[in-house]
Amino acid sequence: MATQDIVLDTQEHTSTGVDNVKLAMWAFLGSECLFFASLISTYLLYRNDVLSGPTPSEIYDIPFTSVSSFVLLMSSLTMVLALGAIHRKDERQMRVWLLATAVLGMVFIGGQIYEFTTFVEEGMKLDTSTFSSAFFVLTGFHGAHVTVGILLLLTLVMMSLFGRLSPGAERKVEMIGLYWHFVDIVWVVIFTVVYLIPTNG
Amino acid sequence: MNGSPAAKRRLLALLALLAVFAIACDTGPQDFLKSQASVQTQKADSLWDVTFAIAVFIFVVVEGLIIYALIRFRQRPGREAAQFHGNTKVEIILTVIPSLILAGLAVPTVQTIFENSKQPPDALRIQVVAKQFWWEFNYPDLGIVTANELHLPVDQTAYIEITSPTNDVIHSFWVPRLTGAQDAVPGRTNTTVITPTATGQFWGQCKEFCGLSHSRMRLRVFVEDRSTFDQWVADQGEEAAEPTDSLAQQGQELFVNGQCAACHTISGTNAAGTTGPNLTHLMSRRTFAGAIFRMNEGNLRDWVADAPAMKPGSIMPSGLKSMGLSQSDVDAIVAYLLTLE
Amino acid sequence: MATAAHAQKGLFSRPRAKTGWFSWVTTVDHKKIGIMYMFTALFFFIVGGVEALLIRAQLAQPNGQVLSADAYNQVFTMHGLTMIFLVVMPLGSALMNYFVPLMIGARDVAFPRINAFSYWVYLFGGLFLYTSFALGGAPDGGWFGYAPLSTLQTSDGMTFYALGLQILGIASLGGAINFIVTILNMRAPGMTLMRMPVFVWMTLVTSFLLLFAMPVIAVALFQLMFDRVWGANFFDATVGGDPVLWQHLFWLFGHPEVYIMILPAMGIVSDILPTFSGKPIFGYAAIVFAGIAIGFMGWGVWAHHMFSVGLGPVANSAFALSTMFIAVPTGVKIFNWLGTMWGGSIRFKTPLLFAVGFVTMFVIGGLSGVSHAIVPHDGQQTDTYYIVAHFHYVLFGGAVFGLFGGMYYWWPKMFGRHLGEGLGKVHFWLMLIGFNLAFGPMHILGLQGMPRRQDTYPDNMGWNFWNLISTVGAFLIAVSILVFFWNVVRSRTKGEEAGADPWDGRTLEWATASPPPEHNFDVIPHVTHRDDFWHTKYATDEEGEPVKVFAGGSGSDENIDQVHHTGHIHMPDPSFWPVVAAFGLPVLAFGVLYISTPTLVVGGLILLVGLFGWGLEPSAEEH
Repeated sequence: MATQDIVLDTQEHTSTGVDNVKLAMWAFLGSECLFFASLISTYLLYRNDVLSGPTPSEIYDIPFTSVSSFVLLMSSLTMVLALGAIHRKDERQMRVWLLATAVLGMVFIGGQIYEFTTFVEEGMKLDTSTFSSAFFVLTGFHGAHVTVGILLLLTLVMMSLFGRLSPGAERKVEMIGLYWHFVDIVWVVIFTVVYLIPTNG
Repeated sequence: MNGSPAAKRRLLALLALLAVFAIACDTGPQDFLKSQASVQTQKADSLWDVTFAIAVFIFVVVEGLIIYALIRFRQRPGREAAQFHGNTKVEIILTVIPSLILAGLAVPTVQTIFENSKQPPDALRIQVVAKQFWWEFNYPDLGIVTANELHLPVDQTAYIEITSPTNDVIHSFWVPRLTGAQDAVPGRTNTTVITPTATGQFWGQCKEFCGLSHSRMRLRVFVEDRSTFDQWVADQGEEAAEPTDSLAQQGQELFVNGQCAACHTISGTNAAGTTGPNLTHLMSRRTFAGAIFRMNEGNLRDWVADAPAMKPGSIMPSGLKSMGLSQSDVDAIVAYLLTLE
Repeated sequence: MATAAHAQKGLFSRPRAKTGWFSWVTTVDHKKIGIMYMFTALFFFIVGGVEALLIRAQLAQPNGQVLSADAYNQVFTMHGLTMIFLVVMPLGSALMNYFVPLMIGARDVAFPRINAFSYWVYLFGGLFLYTSFALGGAPDGGWFGYAPLSTLQTSDGMTFYALGLQILGIASLGGAINFIVTILNMRAPGMTLMRMPVFVWMTLVTSFLLLFAMPVIAVALFQLMFDRVWGANFFDATVGGDPVLWQHLFWLFGHPEVYIMILPAMGIVSDILPTFSGKPIFGYAAIVFAGIAIGFMGWGVWAHHMFSVGLGPVANSAFALSTMFIAVPTGVKIFNWLGTMWGGSIRFKTPLLFAVGFVTMFVIGGLSGVSHAIVPHDGQQTDTYYIVAHFHYVLFGGAVFGLFGGMYYWWPKMFGRHLGEGLGKVHFWLMLIGFNLAFGPMHILGLQGMPRRQDTYPDNMGWNFWNLISTVGAFLIAVSILVFFWNVVRSRTKGEEAGADPWDGRTLEWATASPPPEHNFDVIPHVTHRDDFWHTKYATDEEGEPVKVFAGGSGSDENIDQVHHTGHIHMPDPSFWPVVAAFGLPVLAFGVLYISTPTLVVGGLILLVGLFGWGLEPSAEEH
């Protein structure tokens, strides 16, 4: 054992038995939990302070957002299918599912852009009230996370097309998948806290 | 290397001596090492005395043991290091003892926290509004608004509500011998309780960093016997006297109809601004601009002429440079201010 | 090493220089990165020190004229930011980088390129902060940046603050994840958690603190950024924003941050004391668990920075109690250090002096810390020089002494030559005396009612004498630092050459050459004991007493200098993408600062190109 090649940045024997990259990803997601917890706390503090701007119940289009939330949740399913495909060494099908995941993510982001635009037209901008600031920054940062996820998915697809995904293809897909599922779960929390829990307004 | 611990001991002795010297001389007007002047600070002080005594004891024991160990167990011929990894009994004892000491401190601390926050029913109500970089003091039940100098009757509890305007920043109200710091936070109201036990003049200042002139945001508290305080209340309740001198009348004209009135109030006139201090009884105060300048004609003239030059970050604009006053206008306004007894 | 054979793939081939400046720019070797961290931090230490001297020059006498009020506010803010984010934390990172892999018997950290990226982000973040002096004014709202002063200050300084700290946070987060994975996953065979050196343990705790503290301050800084740059209302009380939100977020980060700075130094001291006492650490498990306990409890004491904010008697009581009881694990550590020296055979080398300096000064800082928990009296102490004295005893008397101890201890390992013992002792005594002269009197000044963050004070307050003494002390510290740098320069040529194990060390870093080869260990050690290296040098007789195994005796040199040619050691190749990606961040920050879309696009592109280059360059195993 002692004189074997030590190759870093790759799957290797580890002290805990957990892959390095996976451990790092879990640590990173732990950090992200605190990030979103801080943003959500801020939102909870300010959600009733709307000043003269529209109140949450006036402005939220719950059916619309429910649909886009459903789209995002479905993308977790396609992500699982992509991972399943690469487990079967079926890169072609994996690309299809990854692409589907990315497209579903893009639909969600499109919905968010539409939502933001509508809100601004209805008189709720970033600087309208503390509620509006907290709303835009919280959901905006989530949107940014989804966008990063889409870029990562598309990168995987491109790498696969150019034959650069292997070695370690499974692990790469699994890591991006972990991130993607995390971002989805955070959205479930945000959707519940922001859209579903009624406010005084 | 035998010299090092000895040198350290000498250093410690020197420091101890210096500390004793410092504690022995009660120097400044904001010193809170001794002579607390309110019920609340006396309680805090007695807690501190106990804590300090315990801390000094622990300090002496621990540092003494370290120095002893360094000397006793220094490397020298024939000395072999004992190979042990720990001693469970000693470790438990040394964990339990500090815990007990701390528990002993915690009980009176919590008691005092609650005692000091009690609001007595017959308290004198005072509102403190902290602004960049001065203090407004309101006595809502007495109809008095003043600045930078607070008057309190001895032996009566004052219940003080502290805030800061929403467009201002955080300040902290602190008069060392009378009360510990309590922050003035925009949009919030905090309270503190002072029961002065001695008459006299007490200094304080803003304690939360608040910008360019944080160090120039001071205040004074005058604790007076009942009759002196009542007289002060009666004087403050009057409207400002009309000026008789012609220069002062000219100054009043400039003040009331000019830009001064936008920010300052002088009761009995049309000047009713609230951004700056209420000047109705300006001359009854010994200091101005955050209690940093003595109240006299020369200082007032310089101030009206160019406040920001005297105090960095002053909200009050320069009379000569920004408000379009001439030097003779300034003289007239100062002549008027000097009549505001 | 493994590099010469593969020059392929054009743009994506990896740089291969092993010497020269380009090898430093592209290195992913944890030891080179550690050295870069160290010298960058020492550079900023000089800068922050000059700022400290400016502060002390201004306050030496009443009505000081050295600095304007505006300049003073910038200088004290930058002094705090520099010392915390650009000196103490990175100096800790420097030693972690260099020694954690060596101490656990690894060949590098888990993610060498992320490690390089963290360093470059740190460097660029620090430089970004300092460009503010030339671009309209440095941050001037205090290192704690309390809103709404931080949103209302008119120069761009506090925007630099929000963006600069955000950048530095990315570096810290990258480092934290790297060390967590490295320590948990890359230990040599037999190196169980409870056999790890205490420094490694404290690095692990520190990394977890960073992992969870950084996102909290990131949110606060983003909110500040949105308020300042895009008119959001998080801290604007005129529309219902609550300035106290900032304080909660800031101190929820800020208090763990204190332990982030002190725990690595505690780890260093816990390794120096056994070495120079010639015996194992007293109560290893207790000292480790005390460190973990501090890490946990550190999350429950943040509001003791806010006793005068008006949280109410219930909250104040709760935080008073938690603050008192965090002193217990701290006390445990101090007793264990004492127990480590007890019964030993103490060698008074410079590293030991600094370690003992740490313990003695930290006791003072710890005791004054407990006195803050006396809430009714904290109303007096808070925001006075008593607090300034307290945290300098913890962070200078504590962390900085510990870090200097670490540098003297490990210098021979890093550079193959000792720092001079004589000069080291001069440095130590000058620094100890200067430190106590500078910060001891601040206790008294605080109790005499002198608040912090004052650009001047009047003549009649009774503060003149001790302020002058304090200034004298500060300049004495500066002299001691000059001695240190002279020692560093001198050691390059005149330093006594150190062998692999100059101090009779106990841990694995001493089992390899000084300086270690790029791959650290020719043979990955098999660990069978805590203080494993010591056990290869000493055997125990029937009574359990250690007996020196002399060179040539059984097993002594098995792990040293013995090259096995049975395997080919792959080390990660250098890469220039980390530095490229890192450079994108300050460019992006300037884009936000000046709301300049072209700059944002350029910064974003640099970052993306860096990251894609990184992702696509051939990784080591493809060769």
